[in-house]
Amino acid sequence: MAKNKQQKAKASKKKTWDLSPAPESTSHVQLKKKYELYIDGKWVKPTSGKYFPSINPGNEEKIADVAHADAKDVDKAVKAARKAYDNVWSKMSGKERGKYLFRIARMIQERAREFAVIESMDGGKPIRESRDVDVPLAANHFFYYAGWADKLEFAFPNRKVEALGVAGQIIPWNFPLLMAAWKIAPALATGNTIVIKPAETTSLTALKLAELIHEAGVPPGVVNVVTGFGDTGAEIVNHPDVNKVAFTGSTNVGKLIQNAIAGTKKKSTLELGGKSANIIFEDAPIDQAVEGIVNGIFFNQGHVCCAGSRLFVQEGVADQVIKKLKNRLDHLYIGDPLDKNTDVGAINSKEQLDTIRKYIEIGKNEGNDIYESSCNMPSKGYFCKPTLVLNVAQSSKLVQEEIFGPVLTVQTFRTVDEVIQKANNTPYGLAAGVWTDKGSKIFNLTGKLRAGVIWANTYNRFDPVSPFGGYKESGFGREGGLHGLEAYVKLA
Amino acid sequence: MERLGILKTYKIYIGGKFPRTESGRYYSPKNASGEALANICLSSRKDLRNAVVAARSAFGGWAERAAFNRSQIVYRIAEMLEGRRAQFLEELMKQGSTKQQAEKEINLSIDRIVYYAGWCDKYQQIFSTVNPVSSSHFNFSAMEPTGVVGVIAPEEGSLIGLVSTIIPIIAGGNTVVCLASEKLPLCAITFAEVLQTSDVPGGVVNILTGNEKELLEHFGSHMDINALCYAGASEDHLTQLNKLSTGNLKRIRNFEANCMDESSQSPYFIQDYQEVKTTWHPIENIGGSTSTY
Repeated sequence: MAKNKQQKAKASKKKTWDLSPAPESTSHVQLKKKYELYIDGKWVKPTSGKYFPSINPGNEEKIADVAHADAKDVDKAVKAARKAYDNVWSKMSGKERGKYLFRIARMIQERAREFAVIESMDGGKPIRESRDVDVPLAANHFFYYAGWADKLEFAFPNRKVEALGVAGQIIPWNFPLLMAAWKIAPALATGNTIVIKPAETTSLTALKLAELIHEAGVPPGVVNVVTGFGDTGAEIVNHPDVNKVAFTGSTNVGKLIQNAIAGTKKKSTLELGGKSANIIFEDAPIDQAVEGIVNGIFFNQGHVCCAGSRLFVQEGVADQVIKKLKNRLDHLYIGDPLDKNTDVGAINSKEQLDTIRKYIEIGKNEGNDIYESSCNMPSKGYFCKPTLVLNVAQSSKLVQEEIFGPVLTVQTFRTVDEVIQKANNTPYGLAAGVWTDKGSKIFNLTGKLRAGVIWANTYNRFDPVSPFGGYKESGFGREGGLHGLEAYVKLA
Repeated sequence: MERLGILKTYKIYIGGKFPRTESGRYYSPKNASGEALANICLSSRKDLRNAVVAARSAFGGWAERAAFNRSQIVYRIAEMLEGRRAQFLEELMKQGSTKQQAEKEINLSIDRIVYYAGWCDKYQQIFSTVNPVSSSHFNFSAMEPTGVVGVIAPEEGSLIGLVSTIIPIIAGGNTVVCLASEKLPLCAITFAEVLQTSDVPGGVVNILTGNEKELLEHFGSHMDINALCYAGASEDHLTQLNKLSTGNLKRIRNFEANCMDESSQSPYFIQDYQEVKTTWHPIENIGGSTSTY
């Protein structure tokens, strides 16, 4: 008894061993108070004169005002892109186009630190992630596609490759700069010009990228950045002179877009939601798997379309895995996105925090066993405790719908057949994880899981050479790699 | 006394069997000279749903067959078709082709099937990649079939239209629910007989006859069809399909090629119904040894 008490006291004492704050400095960051639209190589005021604030979700303070583009602004941007396509970009050789992209890649590397800090301020993600993942991957993405610009005929055997024209691109708030890179780099490499709209809560790194592209000397009109809300995006989608619509975001909006462009000749790629299974077998390296689960769902606060949000643990190791997982949850650092020790940053917006809380509430009402991390929470900003939903039914809303937050459902299984059925039992098909030491089992599962990306004994890895995209209602088309080129070309 | 000929009853093809339409309805298409071709099943929504169930059950087994095995089965279709030339010749001519046109269409159809038989175990090698990621992982992207594919066959080309649309789709491991040409349906059902005797498992190809306009909505909105190949002639219908397909985000392909032309066959028609799957696995790096000799 006494020993027990002693242990408990030790445990609680251990919890108070907090790391000292280690915030990344913001002094070197150059941000304007107010951002205009980047159209035809110039910064222009929005026709409506309207601006909206971009809020730091880590402390709820305004960072800058951003222009809200309307139909007229979008029209201006599309006209600029068309003019640039006709007069400059379509006439330029692939080799020269590529050199612009190489230049952009290098300049992002030079300013990596500034981009990382702004990304964490504007979006709430831990600086560790924006510094080590988002920004380097964005630069590498430009570098990779730069090299394709003069080699396109090798990507499509026996075909002539032509650009589409003007690409309208709409990107989400979870990886603002990286998604801009994923959209802009292949489109420019294949010879298209661009009108791109960042998400309303995370416009800043896209606008900084516009500054960088301008400094790189990219001809006016080749890349146009229009900021705004869903209405601005709709104007891009519906503009008659847009040849290609590329969208990353929710499945619902993706469906609206597919509906809106039906009957037009616009080509589209949609990278939409997911509810990816992360499957742990008894013969998995358990400690690594637990790290993989944590990385799978708490990376970027779970704001990841391919997040491993449904955990399937084989019965024999379920107790062990869940125990380790709970322990791991309790030791995560939640807080200031700019702090280098932070594991889980701020939820991107108030709206998203409400959505996540709504789901947790539903989970509680359903009678699920809910485990919340005992971590300390900041007093200001939008934060959500990492949460496990245990003993949850396959039919639960929390298992079926994308939550887009740090909430992991945990189910158990006995046989391989059972877990394949359960994993595939979703309208989505973006990604899946498999953890086992047995190679033949991995290939059995990768062959049968209906998803576009399979991580075996790893999770949430990304690379410019690696195609990314979904099956079923997770959308169509691929981004990254050779397969990412197809989205922006027509083959003759 | 002259022997009375036996007329053929044209039924539909679902799950490897030849049922009549559950609706009991029929239509009688006529050729250019006004002669009725036959009584043809006017398939209903229920028939389509049955066909999708059959196609879905057949999908896993077909998709996971060895590519070489699929290749042999597709080649077998060509063998069976070759053996039934006379029947197709008669039907094509009844539907209005000259003998010369009919022969050309049959030859082209057989050769096209052989062409795709050869692709079954090769398109993967053309379209797949090994991706040299920066981290210590092995990473590759391979093709996998999209699933159940609905096909609205071309109005012209009773046989070649079916071959040009269906064969690349099944060569890639998908299963098919096809609506045959409304005005030229005869070869569709005879082609189903060829498929049935070619070791193509039941349910891999299902063929319905009937009215495009009536079934369009159900093709577009069915939640268990993953992709559609529209080879019909109506822009309106294509738009409608695109709108309806948002329910489950079907991949919609518009097959516009002229089937009598070489340009209507290529591995890109296989790729149209493929999904790219990328797999990652860590590579262990222990010690300092390299592969240098």
